[in-house]
Parts: sequence; C-alpha cells; structure tokens
Amino acid sequence: MLLGIVKGTAISTLKYQGIEGLKLLVVQPVNRKLEPVGAIQVAVDVVQAGPGDLCVMVRSREAALAMPEIKFVPVDLALVGIVDQLNIKPDGELDITITKGVTGYA
Amino acid sequence: MILGKVTGTVVTTVSHPQFKNRKLLVVRPLVFPGDQVDEDFIAIDHAQAGVGDTVLVNREGGGARQVLNSPDACIISVIVGIVDSIAIEQ
Repeated sequence: MLLGIVKGTAISTLKYQGIEGLKLLVVQPVNRKLEPVGAIQVAVDVVQAGPGDLCVMVRSREAALAMPEIKFVPVDLALVGIVDQLNIKPDGELDITITKGVTGYA
Repeated sequence: MILGKVTGTVVTTVSHPQFKNRKLLVVRPLVFPGDQVDEDFIAIDHAQAGVGDTVLVNREGGGARQVLNSPDACIISVIVGIVDSIAIEQ
C-alpha cells in the first residue's frame, strides 16, 4: 500500500461492465518525503477524495476488492483512505541496515 | 515476507470500511549496508508494533486476508511479527 496525491479527475464514458459509476482520479504516487515517484496513474476513488488530498492507495487484485459492490472488476489501483496526519521519522534517525552476526532488537 | 523498520504512522479519518479500527504504519525495508534503500510502504499492524520496531511484514493479499480473517479485505501489507533478533552468517 502506498501514498499518493490527487492531481485531478479522469472521465471515461465507455467503460467495462462493472466499473460504471466509479469515480476515477488522476494521482501521483509519492514517497515518504512526498516527492513524486514514477508516472501519474489513475485510481478508482471509494472515499470521495478531491484534488490536493494525500491518500492511501492499494494496488493489484486488492484494489478490485475495495470496490463497493462488484469485486470482480478490472481495477488495479484504488484510493482507500484520506490522510489526515503523517508522522515519519527523518532519515538517519532509525538504523535500517542489517549487519553480519546476531543483531538483537528487543 | 520481508524485514522492515517501522518509521512512522498514518492517520486517516475518511477511509474504506475495511480500514476502520486498524492501525496504519509506515515501514521501510531493511537493507545491507551500501545497498539502495527501497521506498517506504504502508502496512496494517497486526502485531501491536510501534515506531522504531523491527517487524516482519507479509506483502501479499491472500496471506493478509487470512491473517485479518476477512475474505474480501482490500489490504496487501500486514505486519505479522515483531523481530527480536536477526542472525546473518555469510
């Protein structure tokens, strides 16, 4: 699951059966510093997000499971939450490297 | 499953019904020194983990649905354990 920022809406009149009536949003996936990662993508919105919102998105088959009614639909990115608060430790504060030997974390 | 470090928390008030009453944490995968650091991702907490904990994360939907006991959960990443120690020999 990943973060993304809503950039706008996408409108498609001719759609595959099962995805009619679903709202499509253009989103930019972002990293922990909210910097863009990769190309913009289209996500199906199930939480009524709007442009500028920072959101939680889910990919792959699980995106289709997020749909309100029909779960067997050709959808691979769904917007499942609007972020109110994001608290991430700055880089370097936590050690994320694995070293040789036994490392205890308890 | 992968090893990661919990680096942060995400709070959402408006979210999918499957995300209600579940804790969302930001996880950064562990790497060997000098390797490229992967992007952080968001995972559902199922092990009472907190920021700074080293955790075991299942990043596959089928396993996630089994852990959460919900056959149609739209969740991929689930924290399924808190790591006590790691032993690397080679």
